Amino acid sequence: AHLCDLIPSLQMQTVTLIPGDGIGPEISSAVVKIFEAAKAPVCWEERNVTAIKGPGGRWMIPPDAKESMDRSKIGLKGPLKTPIAAGHPSMNLLLRKTFDLYANVRPCISIEGYKTPYTDVNLVTIRENTEGEYSGIEHVIVEGVVQSIKLITEDASRRIAEYAFEYARNNQRSSVTAVHKANIMRMSDGLFLRKCREVAETYKDIKFTEMYLDTVCLNMVQDPTQFDVLVMPNLYGDILSDLCAGLIGGLGVTPSGNIGANGVAIFESVHGTAPDIAGLDLANPTALLLSAVMMLRHMGHHEHATRIQTACFDTIRDKKVLTGDLGGSSKCSEFTADICHRIQDLD
Amino acid sequence: MAAHTAVMSMSKILNPFWGGRLGHTVKVRLVIMYEMLILQPPPAKYGGRHTVTLIPGDGIGPELLNHVREVFRFSCVPVDFEVVHVNSALESEDDINDAITAIRRNGVALKGNIETKHTMAPSVKSRNNLLRTSLDLYANVMHCQSLPGVQTRHKNIDIMIIRENTEGEYSSLEHESVTGVVESLKIITRNNSLRIADYAFRLAREKGRKRVTAVHKANIMKLGDGLFLQCCREVASDYPDITFDSMIVDNTTMQLVSNPQQFDVMVMPNLYGNVVSNVCAGLVGGPGLVPGANYGRDYAVFETATRNTGKSIAQRNIANPTAMLLASCMMLDHLKLYGYASMIRNAILTTMNETRLHTADIGGQGTTSDVVQSIMRIIQSKGPLISEL
Repeated sequence: AHLCDLIPSLQMQTVTLIPGDGIGPEISSAVVKIFEAAKAPVCWEERNVTAIKGPGGRWMIPPDAKESMDRSKIGLKGPLKTPIAAGHPSMNLLLRKTFDLYANVRPCISIEGYKTPYTDVNLVTIRENTEGEYSGIEHVIVEGVVQSIKLITEDASRRIAEYAFEYARNNQRSSVTAVHKANIMRMSDGLFLRKCREVAETYKDIKFTEMYLDTVCLNMVQDPTQFDVLVMPNLYGDILSDLCAGLIGGLGVTPSGNIGANGVAIFESVHGTAPDIAGLDLANPTALLLSAVMMLRHMGHHEHATRIQTACFDTIRDKKVLTGDLGGSSKCSEFTADICHRIQDLD
Repeated sequence: MAAHTAVMSMSKILNPFWGGRLGHTVKVRLVIMYEMLILQPPPAKYGGRHTVTLIPGDGIGPELLNHVREVFRFSCVPVDFEVVHVNSALESEDDINDAITAIRRNGVALKGNIETKHTMAPSVKSRNNLLRTSLDLYANVMHCQSLPGVQTRHKNIDIMIIRENTEGEYSSLEHESVTGVVESLKIITRNNSLRIADYAFRLAREKGRKRVTAVHKANIMKLGDGLFLQCCREVASDYPDITFDSMIVDNTTMQLVSNPQQFDVMVMPNLYGNVVSNVCAGLVGGPGLVPGANYGRDYAVFETATRNTGKSIAQRNIANPTAMLLASCMMLDHLKLYGYASMIRNAILTTMNETRLHTADIGGQGTTSDVVQSIMRIIQSKGPLISEL
């Protein structure tokens, strides 16, 4: 029996929490504290994810983690380290394959207190996460000639396009832009574009545009306010989502969510494990916190989400208790405590 | 040493009887002749005037290239243009093949971008790409420099981007093996990677640059980009005076928008080059300011760096002529007409400082003709007299 089911009147929802490695545990506990202060209706179920060899010799995640996620359908994950030459694929890749996480969603919104050369950024990148250039299919044809295969399928393209338009509709976004290079990759990006156009027909309330990848990059660094929701295949998504993260201040303040088939959604911080500051109470929990806020919105708890986000942004804007990477010298616990106080004041 | 033996064998060819017994002054003259034959760009024809192929292209290409011809005529530049039109609406490749033949004949070209209508069948390939691969223009070079007169978010940017121009993701090899599943091949070869890395390091040494950064995604595309990175490392070992490092492409774009001053020279495969060059062009002020060059072993084609057709601003007299004019100056440098190149370049940069002449893309309200008139006025007043050139 789980705590959340024992007290049904509290209407708490179970969320699988994967603290991760390095600074993962400390930023996860920071988020748990903040959620407690905000009295968010979330019941955490902590699980660890390491690669284990299952029957048949295939690498998989621990069965209790999989069972928990399949039950709760919502996950929050800290950074996972990928050891080199460990013999198994990266944990992120394993999670992606296990839950068929096909859409990576990154909302990039300028943080008022954290100054970057770009203000008023407010866009969302939606990246196809299962195929494209990252299929991992490579061959050496002859000595000195390598071929990498980029795979684009009708189903995956349609799925991601549908998700993008649904997201736009659910989050009151007015336009979706498909990013492609169909002038060069006529058949593959052409297929992706065709599927996007077909799905756009069924979402007449959302404006649909198409733009070349290079034009998007060019315009993004000059005037990012012209973009709203961007949908694209894997590689372009990788580059563009990191470009947009750079516009608002880097991976330390960017939230990210992965949507899977069967209703599973895992929200994560996309920065590294930072082993050099692990355990020293110096980490910045903002990225994981904003991902948790994204999770709350996904679950429909908009009020709690807004309250936590406001408190977080106010703390950053105040500049009194910033962690090292934001330009201050405070500890993670001080930063967290400040946010908790603000939430309680907001009540 | 090589020149000496070449001279001896050449002297035998030129004068089989006297071959081994030529005097010293004759040998020196032969060395100069040898160098002139092998190392110079295509010789000027018809009384000291060069002939250059001009491909107007679509969108803003024709009007900008007209301005280039106007400025050249005004400045008495000894260049004649052979205009070759390429109709992007036609399916046959005759037009582009004619253009390629013309460039093979003249050796140098200046072009606008040719539109690729991707509503046509996939067998109708991108004309620009066809041109680059047929002429084996393997290096695309772009020099992004912050211009003093232009307002941008980042200052003091000075990055040279060298992009592999013929293979990678632009191989145009695609097939649909099963309905609904398309495969696109990205080809990386050792020869081309070594060639582009060598070009990058040679250029860095020539321009006195200290650092070359290879941009890649070898953590995911282990074989393809792994090969590229390995080739760069091999070439780097021959240039111990230049620091070599590498960076993953998504991190590169993030660093470019937060701290672009850290980059010096960057070398990368085709698609990442497309992304990075557009990001850098945006950082220094936009597509209207940066010229680009495509170099092969035997040919050189000059154009704007970001290769935009600019259909929406065509024929409205608002396009920024700076990029195309600077590209024509790069062409003049390639033809060794340095005097004319610096004269026109100085006029362009002086005009750039004048904010009221800025075109719409850099935040002003000037027209294309205003900018061009100003450039010609400066050439008239400040340029050297013809007799001095």
